[in-house]
Amino acid sequence: MSAGTNIVASDRNFPKHQDLVEEQLVLWYFVAALLFMTVSMLAGTLMGLQLIRHNPLPSIEILSPGRWRMIHTNAIAYGFLANAFLGIMHWVIPRLTLRPCLDRRLSYLIFAAWQFVVLATAVGIIFGQAQGLEWGETPVWIDPVAQLGLLLVAINFGAPILQTRGPMYVTLWYYLAALVWTFLTYAMGNFVPEYFVCGSSAGAVGGLFIHDLVGLFVTPLGWGMMYYFVPILLKRPMWSHGLSLVGFWGLAFFYPLQGIHHFLYTPIPMFLQYGAVLSTIALELVVVTVIINFVGTLYGTGGLVVTNLPLRYFYTGILFYFLTCLQCALQVTMTFQALIHFTDWVVGHAHMVMFGVFSMWQLGVMTYLVPRILKTEWYSAKWCEWHYWASAGGLLVMSGDLILGGLFQGWSWAALQPWDASIRLSIPFWSVRLVAGVVIFAAQILFMLNFYLTWRKAPRTNPVTIPDSSGLTTA
Amino acid sequence: MFERKSGIILIAGIGFFALAFLSNAVVPVLMYQHMPEKTVKELINGNLRYQFEDLAQRFPEAFENAYGQPPADPEQAGSWYNDKCETALRLGHQIYVGEGCWHCHSQFVRPVSNEDRRWGPVSKSWEYQNELQRPVMFGTRRVGPDLSREGGRRSSDWQAVHLFHPEALSVGSPMPKYPWLFDGAPDKPTARGLALLTYIQWLGSWHETYPYYEDYIPVPIKTAAKSE
Ligand code: HEC
Repeated sequence: MSAGTNIVASDRNFPKHQDLVEEQLVLWYFVAALLFMTVSMLAGTLMGLQLIRHNPLPSIEILSPGRWRMIHTNAIAYGFLANAFLGIMHWVIPRLTLRPCLDRRLSYLIFAAWQFVVLATAVGIIFGQAQGLEWGETPVWIDPVAQLGLLLVAINFGAPILQTRGPMYVTLWYYLAALVWTFLTYAMGNFVPEYFVCGSSAGAVGGLFIHDLVGLFVTPLGWGMMYYFVPILLKRPMWSHGLSLVGFWGLAFFYPLQGIHHFLYTPIPMFLQYGAVLSTIALELVVVTVIINFVGTLYGTGGLVVTNLPLRYFYTGILFYFLTCLQCALQVTMTFQALIHFTDWVVGHAHMVMFGVFSMWQLGVMTYLVPRILKTEWYSAKWCEWHYWASAGGLLVMSGDLILGGLFQGWSWAALQPWDASIRLSIPFWSVRLVAGVVIFAAQILFMLNFYLTWRKAPRTNPVTIPDSSGLTTA
Repeated sequence: MFERKSGIILIAGIGFFALAFLSNAVVPVLMYQHMPEKTVKELINGNLRYQFEDLAQRFPEAFENAYGQPPADPEQAGSWYNDKCETALRLGHQIYVGEGCWHCHSQFVRPVSNEDRRWGPVSKSWEYQNELQRPVMFGTRRVGPDLSREGGRRSSDWQAVHLFHPEALSVGSPMPKYPWLFDGAPDKPTARGLALLTYIQWLGSWHETYPYYEDYIPVPIKTAAKSE
């Protein structure tokens, strides 16, 4: 693919990068994403301190740890991940389709509207207006606004994708499908179990929602991004187009069928639970094909994955993806569930997916794009390295610790020990988790500082007048 | 088809999503059609009424501040208590959700891991067919114990002190304090505090085995006895 665009770039009749990509907006999205990440990590730290009984600010209503626990997850999903994805899509989609987004003003409107949605969600949760579904805590009155926002996003990005002629590149399959899925998933999760169905059925829909949000919003946008950036950085096409096809269609078919695996052993009918378990295991096979494809693409490029920092981010994420999916295939079985459901095992798993995979990928893309957009090197390449090692290392310790702690909790419960025994044995695990979390947090602060200082030293010229930014493959 | 826009939007985007929704969501909805959703009013049972009036006796001032005086006529008092109990249950549920209690406490007893021996009967679908389980409060993480059989297990005094300052009763508890549900002392719950206490005491009150743990020694309460 990169060969194709090289030819394209030299052709005078094709649109220029600066007419396609609204670079300023990409940066703004990154800034918003990182700010919400800070909020989320502050919230996570507060809950971490609460668990080891060192909450420095107890007894303040608007700092209620339970509420901030919801801000932690919502700010990461809608504030960090969604903002970073939108920014990256503003770079990728116009460059792949050779068409700008539908409307520049609409793009900025969406940016503003989305920040409003996330902020309003946070404020609503702080004042105790959350709704009772994970990731669907968004207060009642914001749901329609967010839904409308997602529709606008789909229109704005859908327009250039739908105008392309001929076969589409893999990334666009994922993006196009994700635009449809995210809209449908949000509608399903934020309206059906709140207004239409209750009890076990609401549980089934709720499970479907939390699962689809990961599988049909975050995952396709994440993989779409990988299929775009990895070949560019490696300067070679994907290893196997056939495997790309298997990966996409396998995900599209099996992923949405698994929602109920979040509620195994509940009163939801047993045959549906088994169905969810089976399709989860089936998806692991699909995941393996995707991993093989990416490893095949990497094969024979020497030590590039070690020396090139963004690439290292990507493949670290891919490694964690493989690990989490392997974990899925095991933990989804009824035998495992009996032990680990409700424990910190699941929390460790969730952090490995959300931070170890998707955040790592996005941070890698930011590491790659920020100097390209600001037309200057990173203020400190060393800090970028620190950012990587502290993020990856911190995450590895955090998930490993929580996964192990979860096993002990499960055994303690099954052994009918008094409840406080399970609390006491958790304290060392929670303490390690807190330290790992603070390390991760510190790494992100360092990254933000690096970002800020890079921006400050960036040349303050109108980017349109810079001739060398016109190439489509500013590698 | 596999790389075309129409295939991706219609088959993968809408088709597979719809298939999953039909099989994973519509099927259970249809299966539980014979169990219609109960309203909050229909959820008020003798056990809960007992607990609610118990609150009125334990915290007379707080109760009066929140709900006023019951009518003198015992008949009318009965329906007055029912009305107030309904209000309290709704508000209590809202607080339970808003405070994120459900991120630390589950509301379902599984048939595995000796859970029925710890908490009581394994959860059944009919227990969840009501307005307060929309969305369902199954929960996903247990930092604290399951609460689906909590009602009646401990006195409202215990619950009030525990919410005000968990560590006072449970040494080393990581559960947060909720002093904003009280007027400065655990014996002075606000309307929100009373509501949350009502909600806690409701959990599991629909069961024959209620209360599951402690001996159930009813305190003679006039109106409660009458309403039975
Ligand atoms: C940080 C997690 C956490 C949050 C949030 C939390 N709890 Fe707890 N809760 C616990 C833990 C741990 C225990 C067990 C130790 C104890 O008794 O304090 C517990 C115990 C309880 C008990 C006593 C159970 C028993 O009979 O032993 C009740 C009732 C309870 N919580 C209700 C609530 C309510 C209501 C809320 C929301 C206002 C809430 N909890 C929020 C962690 C939490």
